[in-house]
Amino acid sequence: MRGATHVKWAACAAAVALAATACGGGDSGGGGGGADGIVSSSWGDPQNPLEPANTNEVQGGKVLDMVFRGLKKYDPKTGEATNMLAEKIESKDNQNFTVTVKDGWTFSNGEKITANSFVNAWNYGALLKNNQKNAYFFGYIDGYDKVHPETGKATATKLSGLKVVDDKTFTVKLSQKFSLWPDTLGYPAFAPLPKTFFTDHAAWLSKPIGNGPYTIDKYTKGSSMSLRKWDDYPGDDKAQNGGIDLKVYTDNNTAYTDLTAGNLDLVDDVPASQLKNVKADLGDRYINTPAGIIQTLAFPFYDKNWNTAGAVKVRQGLSMAINRPQITDQIFQKTRTPASDWTSPVLGADGGFKKGLCGKECTYNAAEAKKMIEDGGGIPGGQLKISYNGDTGSHKEWVDAVCNSINKVMGNNKACVGAPVGTFADFRSQVSQQKLHGAWRAGWQMDYPLIQNFLQPVYYTNASSNDGKWNNKQFDDLVDKANAESDKAKAVSTFQDAEKVMVQQMPVIPLWYQNGSAGYSENVTNVSLNQFSVPVYEQIKVK
Amino acid sequence: MGRYVIRRLLQMIPVFFGTTLLIFLMVNVMGDPIAGLCGDRQCDPATAAQLRTEFGLDKPVWQQYLTYMGNVFTGDFGTAFNGQKVTELMGTAFPITIRLTLVAIVFEIVIGISLGVVTGLRRGRPVDTAVLILTLVVISIPTFVTGLLLQLLLGVEWGVIKPSVSPEAPLNELIIPGLVVASVSLAYVTRLTRTSIAENTRADYVRTATAKGLPRRRVVIRHLLRNSLIPVVTFIGTDVGALMGGAIVTERIFNIHGVGYQLYQGILRQNSQTVVGFVTVLVLVFLAANLIVDLLYAVLDPRIRYA
Repeated sequence: MRGATHVKWAACAAAVALAATACGGGDSGGGGGGADGIVSSSWGDPQNPLEPANTNEVQGGKVLDMVFRGLKKYDPKTGEATNMLAEKIESKDNQNFTVTVKDGWTFSNGEKITANSFVNAWNYGALLKNNQKNAYFFGYIDGYDKVHPETGKATATKLSGLKVVDDKTFTVKLSQKFSLWPDTLGYPAFAPLPKTFFTDHAAWLSKPIGNGPYTIDKYTKGSSMSLRKWDDYPGDDKAQNGGIDLKVYTDNNTAYTDLTAGNLDLVDDVPASQLKNVKADLGDRYINTPAGIIQTLAFPFYDKNWNTAGAVKVRQGLSMAINRPQITDQIFQKTRTPASDWTSPVLGADGGFKKGLCGKECTYNAAEAKKMIEDGGGIPGGQLKISYNGDTGSHKEWVDAVCNSINKVMGNNKACVGAPVGTFADFRSQVSQQKLHGAWRAGWQMDYPLIQNFLQPVYYTNASSNDGKWNNKQFDDLVDKANAESDKAKAVSTFQDAEKVMVQQMPVIPLWYQNGSAGYSENVTNVSLNQFSVPVYEQIKVK
Repeated sequence: MGRYVIRRLLQMIPVFFGTTLLIFLMVNVMGDPIAGLCGDRQCDPATAAQLRTEFGLDKPVWQQYLTYMGNVFTGDFGTAFNGQKVTELMGTAFPITIRLTLVAIVFEIVIGISLGVVTGLRRGRPVDTAVLILTLVVISIPTFVTGLLLQLLLGVEWGVIKPSVSPEAPLNELIIPGLVVASVSLAYVTRLTRTSIAENTRADYVRTATAKGLPRRRVVIRHLLRNSLIPVVTFIGTDVGALMGGAIVTERIFNIHGVGYQLYQGILRQNSQTVVGFVTVLVLVFLAANLIVDLLYAVLDPRIRYA
């Protein structure tokens, strides 16, 4: 008897509680726009702790972009690196640089920014024991091999190439000539860090302090971050809104639904499944602009079957067998552009992008493609397997389309097949451990808008992201030559000469340039994406 | 009774170790998680090696498991790749999912059992047929369809609710997601109760109670329902565990940052610390729920006794 009474009571109490809360809801803020000029925006959970030299993906990068300013900044429209905190960066020999920091800049906690703020931050970023995933950015600085050896323990704690001259000046010695090096300094990894970063690291991580147009007001890890305009920000790119509320979405479809329901102001990743409706839903409020991302098919040069004279022809033939315009139209709804070189349109003609550089080798031509592949001795192993990760990014669709295109050209339904790998981590570990013996999907998102960044880290012999282990002396020599060139135009054209070597060798097949896509609500205007496909938050205006 | 509880608690120990070991092995089989940490580029080998040492991934699996279990008993569930403690993640995720589960269970109990009683007492009548058809429809539609449909209609078209739940996930925002999570089980609860009630209406004790002249309400609630609840309680009990772990789809649709979200994230990033930690707690919840169900039997029907 007693038991039954209890059950009944519990049920009644729960029902009452439920009804009560159901009635008393609906006023908890959050929503879109707002009188105080706050923009709400979708966000993903950053994969790594938010530290400048430890953040290598878009979600964390987004925050750093709002909270930090470095020596240089990339113009969101042209991609040109302009001085921000740097008064001047001078060099006579393209190897020894003198950096002068501007006066009048502070961190949002009032601490003055000096040459030390940079040198300490860079030393921290480079040191092996700090586990910074972007440490390799400091790899050009002299002494990097001591603080970050490939194996074993570090033998020094500071980069010998960095020297503080006075409060405003420091010198940098690179280990090789690199004329475009100052232009790399806009990357967040080179941001200055305040003293509290080193003295109270845990507190800093839970609420990072920087020197950008926004300060972090509230950060709930894994779910949301409120950024507010920093009124005393000394730069000329002050925030034009009151702040940004970043909200983590588990699924970008839900973010998109929230946008259409008027609960969210900005979605910077329109899900592929919604691309068909996006014009009808948003009209002009949909942005689709090029980003510094290129997608490619890579090959294993550690496998000797792919490293023969004949295989060059096979790769060129395969490239010609892929109908890029058709795939970008039908599968990607024009959110990708067929690639005809190995860089990206965001560089602009002056920066080194050259449409059509790859020429006929990257143009669909069924008859010639088949002939080339057969001349080269056919696909090694008789079948091309394209590996990709099946968990994110809907790669299956386009890999199948690429295979379909190749199969049609070869008149053989089994000439090319997709080979899915369960998770991204597993896919990456197979790539980096050289376990793949067919092709795999590869891609490169630029760190800074420089042609050097599209070529050297990916294709130079033993470069950090040269996963296929391609090596070519002629290419390497041209890259070295370009880096030593003090005239920028000359450097760019030499890099393009290096690209021409790639047309002849086809170490990876360029597929398409990826666009950034975003949508925004009627509450906000002046929304744009920069070359990294990150919204230019500080320029957004609230109606 | 006391001995029975102790025996059951002891049985939990091998189950606990077995499940955690299995999950641990499964996550390990998926490959090297560090490789995915640097995006589409390769982590530089020195940093990768350093990270591997930090997360203990350079040791053999059995040693990793032993260290892990050793730490678990001191309350240390390890660190996720983004530098957060797993216990911290649990601290934010479990309350939300527990709230969602509670809402779902309340729906199951209130709506499911009342509908079951109503239809059980009116077997073959139009109400019964209507509810039977309705539950059949609910059972046959997958939850993600119900979820997306309700989200579109109530959230976007009519603006009754917000399509996504805010990070704090207050109870009132969880009502619709809770209903979605509960929907299929709710239909089963209805059907179970209905059958059980229909069967027992003809039982001797019901006839006796009616013959004694007891009011119908009392006969139905005290005599009929109480005896018919045993299969239903079993179902709801096991459902607690299933709801907590299985809300992944619904949590994704409504952007609820609960256990499902953390598990999904953990699996995608192959973060064995997160996955094993959360699954361990879920296993415990499952075991506890089952134990409570067994103990409830005795309360509902004193004839059932465990020695």
